[in-house]
Amino acid sequence: MWFFIARRVLYAVPILLGASLVVFVLMKMVPGDAADVLIPPEAGKEVADMIRARFGLDQPIHIQYLLWLRAMASGDLGVSIFTNQPVAEELFAALVNTLKLALPAVFLGFSLGVLFGALAAYYHATWLDKLFSGFAITGVSLPHYWVGMVLVAIFAVVFNVLPGQGMGPEGFPSSWEQVKHLILPVVTLSLIPMGVVSRLVRANVLEIRSMEFVSALAAKGLTGRRVLLHIMKNAAPSALALMGLQFGYLLAGSILVETVFNWPGSGSLMNLAIFRRDIPVLSATILVLAAIFVAINILVDVLQALIDPRMRR
Amino acid sequence: MSLQETIAVAPIAETLHRARAGRSYWARVRERLLADPVTMTFATLLLIIVAMALAAPLIATYDPTSGSAFARLKSPGYAGHWLGTDEVGRDLWSRILYGGRLTLLCGVAPVAFALLVGGSLGLVAGYRGGLVNSFIMRSMDVLYAFPSILLAIAICGMLGSGVGNTILALTVTFIPPIVRISETITTQVRSFEFVEAARASGAPSASIIRFHILNNVLGPILVYATSLISISIILAAGLSFLGLGVTPPNAEWGLMLNNLRQAIWVNPLVAALPGVMIFMTSMCFNLMSDGLRSAMDVRL
Repeated sequence: MWFFIARRVLYAVPILLGASLVVFVLMKMVPGDAADVLIPPEAGKEVADMIRARFGLDQPIHIQYLLWLRAMASGDLGVSIFTNQPVAEELFAALVNTLKLALPAVFLGFSLGVLFGALAAYYHATWLDKLFSGFAITGVSLPHYWVGMVLVAIFAVVFNVLPGQGMGPEGFPSSWEQVKHLILPVVTLSLIPMGVVSRLVRANVLEIRSMEFVSALAAKGLTGRRVLLHIMKNAAPSALALMGLQFGYLLAGSILVETVFNWPGSGSLMNLAIFRRDIPVLSATILVLAAIFVAINILVDVLQALIDPRMRR
Repeated sequence: MSLQETIAVAPIAETLHRARAGRSYWARVRERLLADPVTMTFATLLLIIVAMALAAPLIATYDPTSGSAFARLKSPGYAGHWLGTDEVGRDLWSRILYGGRLTLLCGVAPVAFALLVGGSLGLVAGYRGGLVNSFIMRSMDVLYAFPSILLAIAICGMLGSGVGNTILALTVTFIPPIVRISETITTQVRSFEFVEAARASGAPSASIIRFHILNNVLGPILVYATSLISISIILAAGLSFLGLGVTPPNAEWGLMLNNLRQAIWVNPLVAALPGVMIFMTSMCFNLMSDGLRSAMDVRL
């Protein structure tokens, strides 16, 4: 088991190196370079060269990559061109805000998904199956940014019961005022995991149900509900794995929902950086999100291997 | 009954038998699809949406990019605008029609390109194995480090907006999963006995891939690709919604949704329309893909 974990973690190193190379190449494909935003049009060549040198942009490209990589690996994510603040600080604050949305959303989506998927499979080929499968396919077909808009229109504009914009007071969501701001974005964000998980659970439960051990359990005299419990235990590892992946997607994918709700998370930070042409912020955010995603993937693999020994290849 | 007669009858019975059992796989798939009411309904709906987008120049009643400042955000039915007007007074019906063209293009083209590139890469990786396989699959692992929408946003955000960059960004996003599926199936098929038999009989690699492997791999990856189209449409419209995709004043459903965001306070019905179109189109593709999957009985 320890060997499996060690191998999995070690394999993340080349992956992250590759990912950093992808981000760097994209960075260099930006029309102009990072300093262009800063150099005033009336500035002379010396001033321009000085600014370029300050950002290391006068070095050959492979040296630039190594310098950038060294800085990133040591946790120095650079300085925002626009606000002149360290990127790490801004990014950390934004990530915490995104987590406030993503964690409850993935929990809600997963619980509803498992429930709907299991019910659909349990009542296979009845109207209940059609209803819950319908929920699931609607969840994966809805453009969630539009759902966010519609929810704002209904609950914030027409009924005026929930706030449609912003995060409310800072800090850990404990008061009703803070929780109120969470409801609409979390519900919006949970739609996709709900649909995806529910479809997977339904398919898995149906497949496992046709296996021999299930007939044996039924023949032994267990009730339908008890048999379903056994089936769910077998369907759990893949559903858990999917939940991990979905959590990673939510962290990055919340950019659309954050835009709709003006939520000051990592997505909004990225959006702002794109329109300000703030390349240091943008590239650091992308790289950090990718690193988090890789870490989540490792966690999921280890978790799966813990539940199911067959996974420890 | 003489012996002569039995011999004469036998061939007919055999032909009948062969006609029943030996009907081609695709004929059976088609039959199952036609007998599936849900899939057929949504396929028809999708056909209508596509036809409307294609026929936009013929059935649009106004110029989609020019409007009147006096007719902003009018409700359906206002002065010849049967779906109303948008925030700068452009005819919504015409913009929905033209918007469908760009949304469908940005949604379908990336999947088609990714199918071509990713399918071939997976085929090569699976067939050749060894170092080639390691190189291709490990490169894909690197792209897997980015959650799909992040990769698309990274590419569009760095390279700038526009239809071309949107298609490029989504193509790169969809290549890794297609390569993985294509590689897995190719590796499975390659170890089957009929492939070994073909190789033993001296068939060149090209014809083994063409006749024995491609025929078995194409079905599953096509089904998988159709399931990606709905995601692709939501993402393409999402990129435009963020201002990273199609640029104004062109009509595109995601961009229209973004432009109408503030209008939801004034005229919610008009503002919701482009979203309904994205939802319906993506739903159609999802249900078509599900129907196709069960008709072809493909496990992914």
